[in-house]
Amino acid sequence: MPRQNRRVVITGIGPIAPAGLGIDALWAALLEGRSGVAPCASFDAAGFSCPFVAQLPADRFDVRQVVPKSYRKATKVMSRDIELAVGAAHEAVRTAGLVTKAHEPADGTVTIAPDRMGCHIGAGLIAAEENELTAALATSRKADGSFDIAAWGATGMQNLTPLWMLKYLPNMLACHVTICHDCQGPSNTITCGEASALLSIGESMRVIGRGAADACLSGGAESKVNLMAVLRQQFAGRLAKAGVGDDPSKVVRPFAGDAIGGVPGEGGGILVLEAAESAQARGGAALAELAGFGASQSFCPDTVGADPCRDGEGISDAMLAALDDAGLKAGEIDAVVPFGCGAVALDAAEAAAIRRVFGDRAAKLPLVTLAPAIGSCGAGFGAVAASVAVQCLRTGMLPARVNGDASLGLDAAPVAARKADPKAILVYTPSLGGQNAAIVVRSVA
Amino acid sequence: MSGPRVVVTGMGWVTGLGHSVDSVWKRLLNAESGMEPTTRFDARTFPTSFAAEVKKDFDFRGFVKDPAIHASAGLNSQFALGAASQAWKQSGLAATPPKDPRRVGLYLGAGEGVLDFDNYVATMLHAWDGATGKVDGVKWAARGLACMDRLKEIEQEPNMPLAHLAREFNCRGPAYNCLTACAASTQAIGEAFSILRRGDADVMISGGTHTMIHPLGVTGFNRLTALSERKGDPTEASRPFSVDRGGFVMGEGSGMVVLETLEHAMARGATPLAEVTGYGSSCDAYRITDIQPQGRGAAVAMLEALRQAGIDPHARDAQGRPPIQYISAHGTGTKENDSIETKAVKAVFGDLAKSIPMSSIKSMMGHLIAAAGAVEFMTCVLAIRDGMLPPTRNLKNPDPELDLDYVPNQARAAKVDVCISNNFGFGGQNDSLVIARFRA
Repeated sequence: MPRQNRRVVITGIGPIAPAGLGIDALWAALLEGRSGVAPCASFDAAGFSCPFVAQLPADRFDVRQVVPKSYRKATKVMSRDIELAVGAAHEAVRTAGLVTKAHEPADGTVTIAPDRMGCHIGAGLIAAEENELTAALATSRKADGSFDIAAWGATGMQNLTPLWMLKYLPNMLACHVTICHDCQGPSNTITCGEASALLSIGESMRVIGRGAADACLSGGAESKVNLMAVLRQQFAGRLAKAGVGDDPSKVVRPFAGDAIGGVPGEGGGILVLEAAESAQARGGAALAELAGFGASQSFCPDTVGADPCRDGEGISDAMLAALDDAGLKAGEIDAVVPFGCGAVALDAAEAAAIRRVFGDRAAKLPLVTLAPAIGSCGAGFGAVAASVAVQCLRTGMLPARVNGDASLGLDAAPVAARKADPKAILVYTPSLGGQNAAIVVRSVA
Repeated sequence: MSGPRVVVTGMGWVTGLGHSVDSVWKRLLNAESGMEPTTRFDARTFPTSFAAEVKKDFDFRGFVKDPAIHASAGLNSQFALGAASQAWKQSGLAATPPKDPRRVGLYLGAGEGVLDFDNYVATMLHAWDGATGKVDGVKWAARGLACMDRLKEIEQEPNMPLAHLAREFNCRGPAYNCLTACAASTQAIGEAFSILRRGDADVMISGGTHTMIHPLGVTGFNRLTALSERKGDPTEASRPFSVDRGGFVMGEGSGMVVLETLEHAMARGATPLAEVTGYGSSCDAYRITDIQPQGRGAAVAMLEALRQAGIDPHARDAQGRPPIQYISAHGTGTKENDSIETKAVKAVFGDLAKSIPMSSIKSMMGHLIAAAGAVEFMTCVLAIRDGMLPPTRNLKNPDPELDLDYVPNQARAAKVDVCISNNFGFGGQNDSLVIARFRA
């Protein structure tokens, strides 16, 4: 098979999660096993089966502080998902030591030529901000209070700002990021639910591999902390069944025998991927190598994938493809970052996939479970997971694990952070809809 | 770019002009319009109250093996199933399925699904507290959980058409959906082509599906003043390259193609309809609302696609013709797009630009948004097959500043061996594909 392959390295990581913006805040929380799950601050979620979410507090992130001054006005047309992506990109660029247009360099000199910078960002189905839209809809009501579409068409819609729709197109995450950092190379927006971020990272890897760009800002972001997203999580069988009196930090129990479901989260991340040769030429430090990528589609018994196929075969197909792409055997993987959102059926499918790929080693292969800390942030999840995997390789540490247990035959029970010196880590995400993506990251030390 | 050659072996579409490849093609060559008053919702008071809707005689259940497994399918999934089933059948893979489903992938540019508008709005208004200016979460949840439908909500995720196609055709290989606005399905076909070239699959189903003919879709585009608000005959509203153009007209539907490596197609005795030889993608990185005024990104995408195809844009071919013989324009009929696209084509082809016919089928079929690129790609394959160029309808008042050959009003016979199909999306993505006559 022809495999055009320039080696690709990761030179920057910018996760954004309830703990805050950047790897340092997230890593500190993960080492301590600190939960990001709490009662929902933006609306009362007690009417759903779970009143808790994993949310990024307002005092930990303000998008206006990370965009160039000249771009502050544009933050008015950013939905939450866009804000998360723009923040993550800023952090990724910072950690990679790149100078882009966003720094407004006095002499205009940037590290990488704009036409050699691509951008691939996974995005979700972005929900319209409900108060803004309903305030406008409420202007068009009949005498009985019901909606009057004739009034809406004639005048009511004018209560929405002209650019209203541009807050909610999934590709506006990449649009704002590419404008801020002047990425004129290939740009794409992958919308495959929870698989979106790793599929985007994989596409960046291929684009760089075939020489269409030298570097890409790549990842994903999504907020599921809004009414429509929480409703859909409940409809999809993903939302925990918990009461307001429960301890929020104990709700998400990945791979546990007493798992009760997941919680909606907000977050994501952007990574800087570069051709190894380009990074070296500019003196950029590789944090890790992006060694392999694989993608697959699962058979979905219910077609839409809300009821996942319990044998996990599609998930293991993606893992095996990523291992093959990296030229590694399953025995050479030192840890796995799973999706593990705490939803019983999906956790079972993932566990079956892990057991198929790793055989007898599955029971002892360390899992790095993130959902108790970050919840289910949809299209952003894989980018947080990839950033954490890179940090594990850099520090030689594996973070603490909380709430899980070994009942599915996996190393998922609570454990403190510990030194483990992993050299290669597998990260994967299955999606609602059945798409799966996996990457292998390898130490460059 | 090296790697195996990639050919098209099947095509299908579902559009406002019909849902079989040849009948729609015939109507395009007759310069017929699919625009009529909007029926999907009561749009009578909206600034724009017409569109090219898929007509009521389309029923996806007539295309699939077992309609029951697609019972939840929303409109995008229904259109996708209708279009992809035609393509799959034409490719011969319906009769003789591929041996290894893991070597069959999907790359779609499908749009977000249609909001369950009535229940959504009823829920929002039920929970609205005018005094605080906020929606009450508990009231909202009680109403929403009671009145909204579980599967209808899940179907709105943009990857659901992908899930339906994977199930229908038993695809287990790499599977992606991208959503880069109006460029999505061109980008999908380009990335599917790249996956085949890399050897990561033998067969890819690719294309797009989308409808935005719903209250908030039309609201969004009307607020952006992107849609034509022309009064009178809706069939005259889409006027690409015309001096009196005033915005695009929405279409809806799906275009799907089967792409495969030449080796795989030949081994099973399939007939290539055309070859994909180049793909270019770029980003404007300019402004959220405007296209880069010189068409910089559009030109970069075309140049990269031509480079991959080994075509010098300034050199005539051996028969003395321009290097490509047809451009399927993005040609939305907005002031900005048509003017900048014209500039970009001139920047790429220089003196030869005026001798390359370029038309916009959006003048007849409307703008299928995420699915536009796929149906326009198919138009290029058909132009090569039949030696006919579809016209730009309603081009009666040319814009003096737009001086290319837009194939006005009437289809034209022309020997076509190489085409380029362009699409540019809100948000700055630009994508171009080069499609060539297949020669063994």
